[in-house]
Amino acid sequence: MSERRSAAAADRLPVLKTHKVYVGGKFPRSESGRFDRALTPDGTPIANICRCSRKDVRDAVTAARAAQAGWAARTAYNRGQILYRIAEMLEGRSGQFEALLAAGGTAPDETAAEVQAATDRLLHYAGWTDKFQQVFSSVNPVATSHFNFSILEPMGVVGVLAPESPLLGLVSSIAPAIAGGNTTVVLVTGSQPLPATTFGEVLNSSDVPGGVVNMLTGRRDEMLAPLAAHRDVDALLLCSPDPDVARSAEIEAVHNLKRVAVRPHEDWTDIQSPYEITDLQEVKTTWHPIGS
Amino acid sequence: MTKSTQAAEPETPKLRFGGHDGWGYAPAPESTDHVELRDRYGLFIDGEFVDAKDGRTFETANPATEEKIADVALASDADVDRAVAAARRAYDNVWSKLAPRERGKYVYRIARVLQERSRELAITESLDGGKPIRESRDVDIPLAAAHFFYYAGWADKLDYAFPGRGARPLGVAGQVIPWNFPLLMAAWKIAPAIAAGNTVVLKPAETTPLTALKLAEIIRDAGVPPGVVNIVTGAGETGAAVVQHEDVDKVAFTGSTEVGKLIRRALAGSGKHYTLELGGKAANLVFEDAAVDQAVEGIVNGIFFNQGHVCCAGSRLLVQESVADEVIAKLKDRMETLIVGNPLDKNTDIGAINSRAQLDKIEEYLEIGEAEGAEPFQTSCPVPERGYWCRPTLFLHASQSHRVVQEEIFGPVLAVQTFRTVDEGIAMANNTPYGLSGGVWSDKGAKAFRVTSRIRAGVLWANTYNKFDPTAPFGGYKESGIGREGGLAGLHAYLQPEAAA
Repeated sequence: MSERRSAAAADRLPVLKTHKVYVGGKFPRSESGRFDRALTPDGTPIANICRCSRKDVRDAVTAARAAQAGWAARTAYNRGQILYRIAEMLEGRSGQFEALLAAGGTAPDETAAEVQAATDRLLHYAGWTDKFQQVFSSVNPVATSHFNFSILEPMGVVGVLAPESPLLGLVSSIAPAIAGGNTTVVLVTGSQPLPATTFGEVLNSSDVPGGVVNMLTGRRDEMLAPLAAHRDVDALLLCSPDPDVARSAEIEAVHNLKRVAVRPHEDWTDIQSPYEITDLQEVKTTWHPIGS
Repeated sequence: MTKSTQAAEPETPKLRFGGHDGWGYAPAPESTDHVELRDRYGLFIDGEFVDAKDGRTFETANPATEEKIADVALASDADVDRAVAAARRAYDNVWSKLAPRERGKYVYRIARVLQERSRELAITESLDGGKPIRESRDVDIPLAAAHFFYYAGWADKLDYAFPGRGARPLGVAGQVIPWNFPLLMAAWKIAPAIAAGNTVVLKPAETTPLTALKLAEIIRDAGVPPGVVNIVTGAGETGAAVVQHEDVDKVAFTGSTEVGKLIRRALAGSGKHYTLELGGKAANLVFEDAAVDQAVEGIVNGIFFNQGHVCCAGSRLLVQESVADEVIAKLKDRMETLIVGNPLDKNTDIGAINSRAQLDKIEEYLEIGEAEGAEPFQTSCPVPERGYWCRPTLFLHASQSHRVVQEEIFGPVLAVQTFRTVDEGIAMANNTPYGLSGGVWSDKGAKAFRVTSRIRAGVLWANTYNKFDPTAPFGGYKESGIGREGGLAGLHAYLQPEAAA
């Protein structure tokens, strides 16, 4: 970061942050011990980040699976409050995220708007947690004497190939997944990973149970295939404009017939709707006899 | 002591039905003289019946007699090309321009004619596929008509399909259906597709093409514009040509998980829409507080309905240990009353296995189950000499890792396991790659709601089983498929939400 370069001139030596990944509510390094450099747009190194491995992907899936039933069992009200809490924490750290975005190349006059949009997006999905079920489930008027209804249930563990958009895109992909009771394993963008590693700290101070969001940094081309093929992952959210990336992940996903949603958008400003939630939900129909 | 030992004590004389010990039913065959079947059937393309371009045909036979019924045209890639081109023209020029209300009227007409010709269709279904006439008459055909009637009404209401969004059809749908519910599956595929404004190319199963071709006659007679519905008959290659056709916008497949994965793979990266209704291995959980006699009826209906050729069949019985002896004793008694035989006889409970190939597969699993160490039980009812038959079968003391517990058999074969606690029962129910359906038997309402909410499957029946309705979405979790059919969710499968304003 800029502090690193100005260190020599300062009265005191700044304390630099180690950027670690966020898995199971903890901040481990990659089991592989490997690293990559996070760079500014002109190629200047600003931090070391973990270059996660296939094993890190598997560990993250284990954490996501362990958290899923409990997260889905939280009341919709509670999930809504927790998403709201994430927005509160993000708002409080807006200056830090603006600096991170600027360091990664976002135009200085756009960073504040980006952080605000990400915060407002969390608020939007916080409000949906206890409403989408009402809008999208149904009581079905079957022609026999049964009480028949269809409700939405979370798909389970969702593998997320996060958008390049380092904060708004990241938040826009994670929030609808967890709002609906899924847990996530997120492969964050390699071009600007620092907002994501710091967003892990926001999540960790927002009452989000460990394992609900797991974020890995590194080279996505070596992590995506094992994530897409993993039999304990139920769905993929592929945020990539590259059709070849989506296609190869879709082929890996066939092993256990993962549900796949593709989001090719590069601009995430307007990608906000309850259909982002329902695309990661299953429909369950239940029949109960009516009688004595 | 457990209830089971108390119940087992008095040795009551058992009633035996089925004709082999004096409590027989007189034969009650359905009359077939009013059913017209042709010797030869063509493909239905662009509103006309035509031969395959290369003139090839295949035979469809009656599995209860092994006798040929008719020669049916075998569609090649060239015929599928013709059908898809006809569907595209009809979509571009006619169907997408028609007023929604008028589109709905055509679909209503199909529903009405299906009702008018219902008995003929039921008999044809039983002749061609082997299912008992009671089921084709009371389940398959009425539900098929109901499906068209339900979706007809959606045609002019698509603005209500996606809250906050408009909706538009997808274009041409390529659809492939199985042999277990031939006309009903055709209805599940065609009705929502055309009501939503799509056109279709449908490939029926090679062992059961006849009711789909009769449906083609009905669609023609209803005045549906040529090319809106095209039906191409053939085997796997024809189906592959339909689902892989470049100019198909949406693929809908019902069949095995194995083929479903091949289709899904072929669609990767295409951006095409798809729905897959695949295999199942549903658990029917009987708890100690269940009404046992009702549960036994539910178990029988769950696995022996349609010879067990049902993707959502309750093919695993999980029974709580404290009532296991009682439930299994009563189940065996009830099974002994089941009549296997002539599908056209109104007394028949279990008809013919659909084909030689399917019977071979079932018999292979009977050997596997025994070799793995499960204890087989088969009833003693007589079966006809000709035709394909399988007596109702149990595998007792099956283990979770047994192939007869993990794999779909698609026949009248029930794997039986026991459990002690509610959590154990749920864990066992969820421990297969499938997630299509499940059953729960308990007189405690709160428990029934809790258990159904924890089973990872798309359709749950509490104190009932194998119920279907056009308004009720149907489809699987996990490897049982992707997407839903029936209800509003089934309409979504044929629509695209428009971008927000």
